[in-house]
Amino acid sequence: MSPASKPGAANTILSTDHLSREVDSRAIIHEITVEVRRGEVLAVVGPSGSGKSSFLRLLNRLDEPTSGTVFLEGTDYRQIVPRELRRRVGMVMQRPFLFPGTAVDNLRYGPCQRGQTLSDADAEALLTRVGLTGYGSRDVTNLSGGEAQRISLAGSLANSPQVLLMDEPTSALDESSKLGVESLILEVIGNSKLTCVIVTHDTAQAARLADRAMILDSGRLVRLGSVNEILHA
Amino acid sequence: MLKHLFSNQLQLGLAQAAAAALLACIVILIARRRQIHLESETVIALVRGLVQIMAVGSILVVLLRGPRWTGGLLLLAMIIAAGATSAKRARGIPGSFKVSTYSIACGAGTVIAVMTWLGVIDTPITALIPVGSMLIANAMNTNGLALNRFRSDVLAHRGEIETALALGADPRQSVYPYAQSSFEASLIPAIDSLRSLGIVWIPGLMAGMLLSGARPVYAAIYQFVVLAMIFAASGLTSLVSTLLIRTHAFTPAEQLALRPGIQK
Repeated sequence: MSPASKPGAANTILSTDHLSREVDSRAIIHEITVEVRRGEVLAVVGPSGSGKSSFLRLLNRLDEPTSGTVFLEGTDYRQIVPRELRRRVGMVMQRPFLFPGTAVDNLRYGPCQRGQTLSDADAEALLTRVGLTGYGSRDVTNLSGGEAQRISLAGSLANSPQVLLMDEPTSALDESSKLGVESLILEVIGNSKLTCVIVTHDTAQAARLADRAMILDSGRLVRLGSVNEILHA
Repeated sequence: MLKHLFSNQLQLGLAQAAAAALLACIVILIARRRQIHLESETVIALVRGLVQIMAVGSILVVLLRGPRWTGGLLLLAMIIAAGATSAKRARGIPGSFKVSTYSIACGAGTVIAVMTWLGVIDTPITALIPVGSMLIANAMNTNGLALNRFRSDVLAHRGEIETALALGADPRQSVYPYAQSSFEASLIPAIDSLRSLGIVWIPGLMAGMLLSGARPVYAAIYQFVVLAMIFAASGLTSLVSTLLIRTHAFTPAEQLALRPGIQK
């Protein structure tokens, strides 16, 4: 076995090994070891400041671990070119940040970085998948918060990620948009069996979306198990 | 009024400097009433500027009698000092001193070299140093403006930049719009100087040439030449600087290195 790889259960796609991050000598993530199974939705829950978003940012290496590492399909992610890693481990941010232009321009951004062009048909199929059929030529400045978050999700899906990270994707939305985006997430990940790690502070939302949940407190993993065990205990 | 009080030229100069510095301090005190605190930075800059220009004046007296190559050494020292000064506008971005010094050397250095070779700038130190220092100082200001704008734009658009990174973008591509706007913004003073030349302001160099007996038309044309050189030096400096700083804003693992909370 090479030191850059790690054996794991055959159905493990992403795993962390004593993953830690310190900022100004303060541990914001402390020794987290967890495995994410292929096709499952894992919810990361915990109070504000517990390190949920920090943990997620370490998974696609937007931040650097101080110690420990992450394995993607058994390969230490430090051996993977960051751009390639981020294509394979996509991320939907808490607030949708869209690039100036049309909805389709935004969907094409990711594939374009690899020199690929998303066809009109593929773009339209993605828009349909997120419930925005016919929105291709719309200027993103004219979209509502919920529509922008749907475009943001479609933009990540355009990269065909193996794992999708979602950082409180509905927290910046009003109640009606929130329910719409939540049911969309359920539909998209349910249909494609996409592996998902979703951060939420809303335990009810975690129960609706996830198969398993992990609870963080002060950067430490305090509980991990099925949603029923963890959230309904 | 001061001329009546001081007959000695050195005393008169110091009194004039004190009057100008006093005005600057009054402005800072007014700003303080609006909770803008620039007191220590301004006082240090005023004292430092006066001491530096007097020291350089004294050194120039010696250098003007020295061989021509000493002019080159002095310009090099100015470029390094300019790099250190404008790098402070990009605090938090690793390698900003190197980027600044290299950019100013490329921008101002290239213009000085080409124009000296063409004979537009005379080689005697008395001509080379004043014109060269003008180009370096303006390149420094432009570089400082470009880096400061880049820094604040990157901090203000962290979400957009990290979204681009999360979609697999090349880090340089993710900050491309902010490097472009920094370049454009940094050149506004140089463009406005050229635009308003002769209408809003008649620079000191032209006045000096007129006083020393040069023909007014030649003095006017040479002033344009100097401003065009300043524009070229500033533009090239900003171009190189905004190109190089893009990679320095990221870690080797392509993570945004610039974080909020790092003081200017």
